[in-house]
Amino acid sequence: MSTYSLSDGLASGAPRLSRTPVLASWVRESGVGILASVAWIAFGLSCLWWEDVGDWSRTHSLGIAAFIVAAIALFGTVGADYLGTAGKALRQRAPWLVALGAFLTLWEVATAKFAWLPLPFFPPPQSIIEVYTDDLPKLLDSVFASVKLQLGGYLIGATVGFLTGVSIGWSRAVGYWVHPVLRFIGPLPATAWLPIAFFTFPSSWSASTFLIALATGFPVTVLTWSGVASVSNAYYDVARTLGAKPSFLVLKVAIPAALPHVFVGLFMGLGSSFAVLVVAEMIGVKAGLGWYLQWAQGWAAYANMYAALIVMSLLCSGAITLLLAIRDRLLVWQKGTVKW
Amino acid sequence: MVAATALAEIAPPPAAGAALDIEQVSHAFNIDGTELPVLSDVSISVEPGEFVALLGPSGCGKSTFLRLVAGLDKPKAGTLREDEARITRPHPSRVVVFQDPTLFPWRSVWDNVALGLEAQGILKSQRHRVDAALDLVGLASFRNAYPHQLSGGMAQRVALARALVNDPKILILDEPLGKLDSLTRITMQAELVSLWQRKGFTTLLVTHDAEEALVLANRVIVFSDRPARVKADIRVDRPYPRHRGDPYLADLRRQILGLLGLDATW
Ligand SMILES: Nc1ncnc2c1ncn2[C@@H]1O[C@H](COP(=O)(O)OP(=O)(O)OP(=O)(O)O)[C@@H](O)[C@H]1O
Ligand SMILES: [Mg+2]
Repeated sequence: MSTYSLSDGLASGAPRLSRTPVLASWVRESGVGILASVAWIAFGLSCLWWEDVGDWSRTHSLGIAAFIVAAIALFGTVGADYLGTAGKALRQRAPWLVALGAFLTLWEVATAKFAWLPLPFFPPPQSIIEVYTDDLPKLLDSVFASVKLQLGGYLIGATVGFLTGVSIGWSRAVGYWVHPVLRFIGPLPATAWLPIAFFTFPSSWSASTFLIALATGFPVTVLTWSGVASVSNAYYDVARTLGAKPSFLVLKVAIPAALPHVFVGLFMGLGSSFAVLVVAEMIGVKAGLGWYLQWAQGWAAYANMYAALIVMSLLCSGAITLLLAIRDRLLVWQKGTVKW
Repeated sequence: MVAATALAEIAPPPAAGAALDIEQVSHAFNIDGTELPVLSDVSISVEPGEFVALLGPSGCGKSTFLRLVAGLDKPKAGTLREDEARITRPHPSRVVVFQDPTLFPWRSVWDNVALGLEAQGILKSQRHRVDAALDLVGLASFRNAYPHQLSGGMAQRVALARALVNDPKILILDEPLGKLDSLTRITMQAELVSLWQRKGFTTLLVTHDAEEALVLANRVIVFSDRPARVKADIRVDRPYPRHRGDPYLADLRRQILGLLGLDATW
């Protein structure tokens, strides 16, 4: 009983003793958030303080938006303890918010306000925002066209590549015939086929789909094949003594064992197919983000180009994130997979 | 009543095991163009339901011999028969527990054990057998774990469960208890014997441990150095459960170690 009262007394005395450490840790945890808020206020002020050197309609809105971000950064990090995971996530990203705010301030001042950077080539942030608000329908159409083309070509290429890879890896006869063809044609960059493809295919869309499929298919084939070929014989022995038929050996032993390789191939294929997509859109298909870039260049609309580039990089990054998420789902049994 | 149980104990196990006839089997490997003889004229005849332990120096050809019995490889000469039928390919009536557990890393423990039933297309109606096999090796609580989350001994026990779930006629074991700690090992040995007595399958066990061979087997076959020949074929006529301290077994053990090249001080 007496020990309880003793420890109670200690506990009630504790807050007074540790006031300064509490203050220090509060500054440590929220200080970056406050700094982020300051950086974004600076960005907002830089928008509103001086006159633009050019004629941009979104400067005022951008300044207001920067203040809103500043407010969110401030209250989000200071009040993080009451906001659960969202607050925690915000606090974790606060250093990035500081850097972004500083970068945007500098960009704003260097372009829209004092034109330190030559103007048509380096558009200010507000002109890019202007593209997103005023040219949205065209941009969305382009995004939709690109995604459709990429998805179609990639899925065809990945499927054909996977099936070819498994067949070569499994069957000597298939390997005998396909391997030389693969060696001869595979290393050729898919874009080298562009002129021929646009000739021989009925539409530029089908030609581009073919090229994207080709660019995807080669790495997927080779890596699936090497994955299947490198499956340890011990697995087959085990399965065979347990009564496995050849179909079981392919579907339940070879393919799952080769799957980590297959995903490396899918990843590489995704990268090279992006390159083909953009080139194909620039040269042949009159739609998509590649074409949008081309078009913007023709009109010297540099803000549109930057806007399209940002969208493109978000899409590509999103595609890779999606692929890796699928991989992580399918390969949970592996240890130590790379976090993207 | 008493007589009946006693009778049940002495009566031979139900004829679930298969006979195994190995006639003048020789085998060799080709390493860089030179012939490496591994088995030389091995003849063994195993009765249905017998428990045979194989002992021999490391690298003499024991695992190779088991692969031939399993039907995974064809011998260079001689024939192997299971119940009069020639062994030419693997069959689930002869299940192997390999020296290495070789679990499938992409399958959970439960799915690994279910492998044989799934391969034979009977898993749907026989799921309880997988659970029973996991219970038997004491890993029921690890059914959802992946192989990389298991210890070496646990992996070995999963491999044992994966074999037992198939109700084999001949169980082929290549040092299945080699990686277990001595306590688990003794428990698993007892489990193996009681399982063998209940099910009556024929067992072929390769081991490095003479004592293990004597505690478990009806019959101990000692292989010579490579190329392996049958050096001795010893009957072990002792009732189960056997005791490690049994002077009769200790005597046999000394004899076997002598055959393996260790002098009598052991
Ligand atoms: N696939 C193979 N190709 C070539 N040589 C092999 C092959 N498998 C085994 N050997 C050789 O055959 C001999 C016997 O090997 P085996 O694995 O049967 O020995 P073991 O008696 O099981 O030995 P241990 O007790 O160490 O497991 C060894 O010398 C080995 O080098
Ligand atoms: Mg061996």
